Amino acid sequence: MNFEPFILSFKLAGLTAFILFCLALPLAWYLSETRSHTKPFIEALTALPIVLPPSVLGFYILWALSYNSPLGAFFEDTFGIKLVFSFTGLVIASCLYSFPFMLQPLQNGFETLNKNMLEASYIAGKSKLTTLFKVALPNMKPALITAIIITFAHTVGEFGVVLMVGGSIPGETKVASVAIYEMVEIMDYEAAHIYSAIMLGLSFIILLSVYIFNARQNRRFGL
Amino acid sequence: MIHIDITKKLHGDQGNMLLQCNFHIKKGEFLALSGKSGSGKTTLLRILAGLENAQGEITVARKRWLHEKNSLPPQKREIGFVFQEYALFDNMTIEQNLLYVANDKRLAQHLLEMTELSEMKKRYPHALSGGQKQRVSICRALMKRPKILLLDEPLSALDVSMRTKLQNELLSLHKEFQITTIMVSHDPSEIYHLASRVVVLQNGKITNDGRVTDVLLKQQGSQKFSFQGELLEIKKVDVIFIGVVAIGQQLVEVVLSNYEAASLHVGEKITLSTKAFHPTITN
Repeated sequence: MNFEPFILSFKLAGLTAFILFCLALPLAWYLSETRSHTKPFIEALTALPIVLPPSVLGFYILWALSYNSPLGAFFEDTFGIKLVFSFTGLVIASCLYSFPFMLQPLQNGFETLNKNMLEASYIAGKSKLTTLFKVALPNMKPALITAIIITFAHTVGEFGVVLMVGGSIPGETKVASVAIYEMVEIMDYEAAHIYSAIMLGLSFIILLSVYIFNARQNRRFGL
Repeated sequence: MIHIDITKKLHGDQGNMLLQCNFHIKKGEFLALSGKSGSGKTTLLRILAGLENAQGEITVARKRWLHEKNSLPPQKREIGFVFQEYALFDNMTIEQNLLYVANDKRLAQHLLEMTELSEMKKRYPHALSGGQKQRVSICRALMKRPKILLLDEPLSALDVSMRTKLQNELLSLHKEFQITTIMVSHDPSEIYHLASRVVVLQNGKITNDGRVTDVLLKQQGSQKFSFQGELLEIKKVDVIFIGVVAIGQQLVEVVLSNYEAASLHVGEKITLSTKAFHPTITN
């Protein structure tokens, strides 16, 4: 049994979740505080991956990252990195595809925080950054956990975009979902069954643990 | 010591309104801000704290907190603020809530002892009652040894007996720390108990300003028992009419004349008064 596709899937998902957490956190904080007219535009733009067919997103990413586009050419000429049909390209594609799944729970978490609590921290003389890490984040743990886990799980579960941007290079871009697709194609149903069952089990356990954790947190704070 | 001269456009539930205030506060004074809800009391308090912007000037102890476009951020204004709904940091214990503001263990211990909370200092806010939470919130506001203490209807979410207890604690804290205090309240007994001066706001303007006894007693006429209430029901019993009036938490039945019964309407705000020559006072 070859577990390489699973390892690749989790590596991709872990990396995506980490990068997106760093990118989405400041944007979510900004969106929750701002009254600017650009807010709906940013919100609509970042929510696009939820409604767009993966093939549309995959096509644009492929087009933008390939050697024929300035971006793809720049990366290949300067750093020698090929962005399409490579793991790097997969990470970029996953980050775009899973962005709303990180941003929205975080923004929601910030927006439901008791604003007076943040103001009390400012009045206590604490900066915005201190308030963010000492008061805001510790009081929105369910939102943090939801954002990270759902992003991770959503990246493990993606298929269309990955197939278009990454193809199916063993050890490089052949993640679990793509591997299962190929097994079905070559009618290796036994392997497909095993892989699919593993995916099903893991996904359920991940989701279950999020819901159990959130229920506990809510009980603890008497919500 | 404090000079306030500000204007701010407000969008209230009764349309647009201009908040326009100009007054001084002396050092160590306990001032109550009173007035109907929506009159701009809380906004004025938040402007003082730097949580909302406004046009005009605020000077505190010769230091400019607000001057034209320059507004000192809340972090740099030396204030303590007590929110109506406590706003404690839920992720910290009672003691940590206090030490987060200033790492002064002795002061924290002293404040917790004064408010009978030292036994609970390792507990988290969600394990406290409303009254306990508000005491923690008051202690937290004092941790920075602020120049001004701002209280936004601090006791309105509490029941009557807890309110009286906390009023006494506030009074002894004010005596000990001598902090200039501004409290939003519309409870006359609370204002009478705590404040030395009251400023009444109406539609964003100051309509009355003076000593508590002068302002509060003048409204109600002299040598009379006089209460503001709401007429809940008019009943006809045999040949007379009886009106049920709510005065604060208390329901009162009064006899109405035929003329009164005809001219009054259920739901109206009314004044109930009587000359009191020999009132019976019990406790």
